[in-house]
Amino acid sequence: MALLEVTNLKVHFHTRNGVVKAVDGVSFNVEAGQTLGIVGESGSGKSVCCYSLLGLVPQPPGRIEAGTALFDGEDLLRCSRRRLRQLRGNEIAVIFQDPMTCLNPYLTIGEQLIEPLLYHRKTPRKEARQQAVALLDEVGIRQPERRFDSYPHELSGGMRQRVMIAMALIAEPRLIICDEPTTALDVTIQAQILKLIKDLQHKRQVAVIFISHDLAVVSEVADHVLVMQNGRVVEQGEVAELFSNPSEAYTRKLIASIPDGAKSAAPERRELQPHPLVSVSHLRTWFRDHSIGLFSPAAAKAQRHIKALDDVSLRIERHEILGVVGESGSGKSTLGRAILGLAPVTDGRIIYDGRDITNLSARAMKPLRRRMQMIFQDPYASLNPRMTIFETLAEPLLVHGLANRRTVAAQVLALMDDVGLVRTCIRKYPHEFSGGQRQRIAIGRAIATRPEFIVADEPVSALDVTIQAQILDLILDLVARHDLTMMFISHDLGVVRYIADRVLVLHRGQVVEEGDTGKVWAAPQAEYTRELLQAIPRLAHVQP
Amino acid sequence: MFKFTLSRLLQAVPVLLVVITVTFFLVRMAPGGPFSDEKAVPPEVLRALEAQYRLDLPLIQQYFSYLGDLARGDFGPSFRYPGRSVNELIEAGLPASAELGLYALLIAIVIGVLAGLIAAMRPNTAQDYIPMSTAMIGICLPSFLLGPLLVLVFGIWLEWLPVSGWGNIPGDKILPSITMGSTYAAYIARLSRGGMLEVLSQDYIRTARAKGLPERVVIVRHALRGGLIPVVAYLGPAFAGLLSGSFVVETIFQIPGLGRFFVQAAFNRDYTMIMGSVVFFALLIVVFNLISDLIAVWIDPRLRNPSRGGR
Repeated sequence: MALLEVTNLKVHFHTRNGVVKAVDGVSFNVEAGQTLGIVGESGSGKSVCCYSLLGLVPQPPGRIEAGTALFDGEDLLRCSRRRLRQLRGNEIAVIFQDPMTCLNPYLTIGEQLIEPLLYHRKTPRKEARQQAVALLDEVGIRQPERRFDSYPHELSGGMRQRVMIAMALIAEPRLIICDEPTTALDVTIQAQILKLIKDLQHKRQVAVIFISHDLAVVSEVADHVLVMQNGRVVEQGEVAELFSNPSEAYTRKLIASIPDGAKSAAPERRELQPHPLVSVSHLRTWFRDHSIGLFSPAAAKAQRHIKALDDVSLRIERHEILGVVGESGSGKSTLGRAILGLAPVTDGRIIYDGRDITNLSARAMKPLRRRMQMIFQDPYASLNPRMTIFETLAEPLLVHGLANRRTVAAQVLALMDDVGLVRTCIRKYPHEFSGGQRQRIAIGRAIATRPEFIVADEPVSALDVTIQAQILDLILDLVARHDLTMMFISHDLGVVRYIADRVLVLHRGQVVEEGDTGKVWAAPQAEYTRELLQAIPRLAHVQP
Repeated sequence: MFKFTLSRLLQAVPVLLVVITVTFFLVRMAPGGPFSDEKAVPPEVLRALEAQYRLDLPLIQQYFSYLGDLARGDFGPSFRYPGRSVNELIEAGLPASAELGLYALLIAIVIGVLAGLIAAMRPNTAQDYIPMSTAMIGICLPSFLLGPLLVLVFGIWLEWLPVSGWGNIPGDKILPSITMGSTYAAYIARLSRGGMLEVLSQDYIRTARAKGLPERVVIVRHALRGGLIPVVAYLGPAFAGLLSGSFVVETIFQIPGLGRFFVQAAFNRDYTMIMGSVVFFALLIVVFNLISDLIAVWIDPRLRNPSRGGR
């Protein structure tokens, strides 16, 4: 008998706008010591499915309509609240996605860590502390004795996720539900965390449900995979079988959407010109570190600046896409912003089209603004929610005098065609669009002024994998059609490889490697680049 | 933490100085003076009085001599209560006002936080609507109406409690404390409900539930601290207001507190008394705001090192 047997689970949300069938007849089994991967795009019901097993779906509006979930023979959906509480954190633990918001900021991590022991096992505090410190050590937190008394905000994202993992493991549960445990993390840290979960699983023989939108990650950790779409199971099977020989069209589409392989048509299109469009030399952007006060030790004072960018030099040729990769805090966003004059420059020079634009005043910058644009990561936050798509797209045209009242409508429609938006949407507001469509609007706004140069800062990171592929192709298409030059910033190496002609690897504000994308991938020179490339999860079972 | 406290106390000096200066000159600009009364005072008597209280000196000289006295902790003599200093008057009124304020605050916190908690546990149900609409009524009901109402019901009809006085008959402190505390209780109820609702929707509350903690522990240990931060921020100025007395409540219940002295001082153009009360109130505000900030820092570890704080 399997440890967990879920049969015909139905969870519906009763909202003002009708019933949303978040989970609609899902069945699966999880064996002890095995990992079940659940993949699907956002809104596919994968998280709701698992939360409802533990009674963590807010009711109302949620309601479990039907089904059974036998955990070791006991139906989780029908047992009392009291019994469910005994199981939570004790027999079944959860690792949530965002370690930034899932730890209580008001309590030390130690306090939060020992809670399952205090309330389920009635362990004495002192003993619980010893166990917790040992476990912190096991999940790879240095100086666990000291960290025990730290608050969450004093730890980095990766460290917090380790704490979350330790918290899930501390009561030695038999089933762990991991909900996108590495999505918020950098690729090298992701690799460490995945290895950690796997090691611990083998050591303790626990069953794991691993929820992720990232097929490559799932293919690395799971034994068995469930593909979900719109609350239903599309396909399930052994991981090797499912990824190498998917029987359903949706699964094939998901797999095909993973950016894979290098950009092909690049070299012949790029004719070298004497002057690059953008040339940056010895750029430094230092921010003052405000945590260093009057009474800090002298050693700390000597480095009172955070060196976001430290001696960065680069050239961007006309009509090329330069990929900039690096982990969070590597300075990649600051670099993009500094080139556009949106971040301060401490030292160094930025030449744009033969003109020195370093620390140019806002007024002097204005005529250049039309020629350089930016696309942001979060298309929802960067679009004004009170402006229709017509207003959003018309604004840059009118501000820069590229259209008048009579021609603007036709130009906006042409732009919408360009970025693949249906013309009838012209009067809609941002919230009426999906994430991918919103990013199309944001791209449309960026190319409205016919710029030469675009900085795209993680433009596809917030999108599902199938949508991501469409947007990447749209960007490639637009770059070719409008002769754009682009700086494409991303933490996702697969995406950069797919889209960029050349790549620049940033690490702690410094360039560690630069070169043609293909060459860097084939033979990385710097140690750090090799680490990054090795850390990428791959669809191990699929032939390239 | 010491540095923070010290810097806040130093910041208070210019604040107080501005308050003192503005009040000093504003009061002098108001028509009339402490000795202009309906009864005409003979000019030579008036001159003698003005000389005695140094009112014959140029204004700027008066200002600096007042500042000098203040620096020594001397609020000066009262102009309307001959022979008594402002310090003595404040000392006389403070105990009753402070005691009343303390009781009112306790009532406000206990009732307010409890009502807010109860409402936040089941939002948009009767358990939420009943305490919150009561709180709304509490905010709308001014103390000059609530006080007499309570007196009428509990003092006159039911004859349970004394109708006025302070410390003379057992139980005479109950009605004024409730009258004074109810408005604050209502505000605190609304603030704590809002704070708790916000916190209860956070991801870390879901984490706490996923750990299998009893709901009581989730609320008290995980949610209460964050949920009460808005209340703490409100309590500083509220407590200063409560301590310095209320003219209305003190008048209704015949309590010898500060509030009445302060209001009468304004009517009487009792320059030193007005100045004394304003400086005293400003000091209270500064001190209690500092205390509530310190409590907020104690509750929220992220504030201890503001520049490195996470989300």
